[in-house]
Amino acid sequence: MTTVVTLKINGQDVSGRDDETILQVAHDHNLFIPTMCHLDGLGDVGACRLCLVELKGSHKLLPACTTLVSEGVEIQTNSARLAEYRKMIVEMLFVEGNHICSVCVSNGHCELQDMSQTVGIDHIDLEYRNPKRDVDASHDLFTLDRNRCILCTRCVRVCDEVEGAHTWDVMGRGVFSQVITDMNQPWGTSDTCTSCGKCVQACPTGALFEKGKAVGEMSKRKDFLPYLVTMRERRK
Amino acid sequence: MTETIPNTKKRLATIWLDGCSGCHMSFLDLDERLLELTSQMELVYSPLVDRKDFPDHVDVTLVEGSVSSEEDLHKIKLVREHTGLLVSLGDCAVTGNVPSLRNPIGPEAVIQRVYLENNLLNPQVPNQVIPKLLPLVRPVHAVVKVDLYVPGCPPSADVIYYVLSEVLAGRMPDLSGLTRFGK
Repeated sequence: MTTVVTLKINGQDVSGRDDETILQVAHDHNLFIPTMCHLDGLGDVGACRLCLVELKGSHKLLPACTTLVSEGVEIQTNSARLAEYRKMIVEMLFVEGNHICSVCVSNGHCELQDMSQTVGIDHIDLEYRNPKRDVDASHDLFTLDRNRCILCTRCVRVCDEVEGAHTWDVMGRGVFSQVITDMNQPWGTSDTCTSCGKCVQACPTGALFEKGKAVGEMSKRKDFLPYLVTMRERRK
Repeated sequence: MTETIPNTKKRLATIWLDGCSGCHMSFLDLDERLLELTSQMELVYSPLVDRKDFPDHVDVTLVEGSVSSEEDLHKIKLVREHTGLLVSLGDCAVTGNVPSLRNPIGPEAVIQRVYLENNLLNPQVPNQVIPKLLPLVRPVHAVVKVDLYVPGCPPSADVIYYVLSEVLAGRMPDLSGLTRFGK
C-alpha cells in the first residue's frame, strides 16, 4: 500500500506518493529537472546523470529519476554545483560521439542540442574524441547512426517494455559501448524487429531516423508513448 | 606599411579559415545595419575588403572556420597576437563542425579520395600552393585563447548585429537563448 509523504524541493513544501520518484514529484509540481534518458512511459535507468539532485545531509548526488521520495527529505534541484556538473555531463556527451548538428537530420529537433542551450554551453573545452563509429543502413525503413548515439538506452527500453520485441541491446564497456540489434548483426537481418519504429520516435538525437529524411527534417513524435502505456494499464 | 591614424572608431577585422563563407554571408545579411555600424567601427581587414596583410592593431576580430591546415594555424596565431577581442563566429570556429567530419578517418583518407580516387584523368596529390592539412581539425579555442563564442550554422544576421552592437558599446553580449550549435 502506498502512503502520501511530504518533503521539500528547493525549499517548497510538496507531497507525493512514496512509490514516486523525485523526478515525478518535481514534475507534478512544475519544478524543472533536466533529463535526457528519461522518457514518459518508459522505466528509468539513471543512465545520463543529468537529473542529479542534492539531498540535505548527504554529500552524494542522487539521480532524481531512480530515487524514491520519502518523508521529510529536503531536496535541492538547482545549485551552482549541480549546474556545473550538468554542463560537464552535456559537454562529455558532445565529445564522446561525433555530433555535427548543422548536417544532422535532427538539427532543430534534437534533445541534446536543446539541452546544450538549457545548461548554457556555447563551446566545449574538453578534447573531442573523434571516435570511429559505424552507420547501419541495412533496415528498409530506418537508419542507425552510432556517431549521434548518447547511449540513453531509450530505444532498448521502448523495444523491450512497450513493443515486447527486445531487438535492441547494449554491448561493450565504457567508451566502447554501443547499441546493437539482435546478436550484433545488421539491423536489416534482425529476426525480432517488427519495424514498428518506436525506437526511432523514442531516440532523443538523430542516431535513429527514418530513411529519406534530409538535414533538419527528422522531428520525433513521443506523445504516443504515455498514452499507450496508460491504456494498457487500464486494461489490466 | 603605415597604419591609419587612430581615431575613436573601433577597428574590426574578419577572417575566414576552414569554413564555407556562410558566416560571412550572414554578416553581409546585416544589410543597411552595416552602414549604421560604420559610424562606430571601421572594417580594417576581411575577405570582403582589399587588404593583404593583417594589421598590427585590431580591436575585434570575427573568426569564421576551423583550424584545419598549417596556413590556418599560422593565420590564427598572427590574428590572436594583434587582436584585442577574438570572437569565434559560427559552428566551424566554435566546434570544428563540418570540416571536423574528417577527424575519425584522418587527412590521408580525404586526400586519397579527392585527388586520387576521384580524379581518373590526372591522379596526383598537390605538393604546392595547397596548404598541408593538420592531422586533426580543431576549433579555434583549441589553439589560441578565444574571448567570445557565437555558435550557430550560421549565426543569424540578428545575432551578429547584437554581438557587434554590444561589443562596440564595450559590453560582453549574453547569447544564452539566442543561438546554439546547429540552428
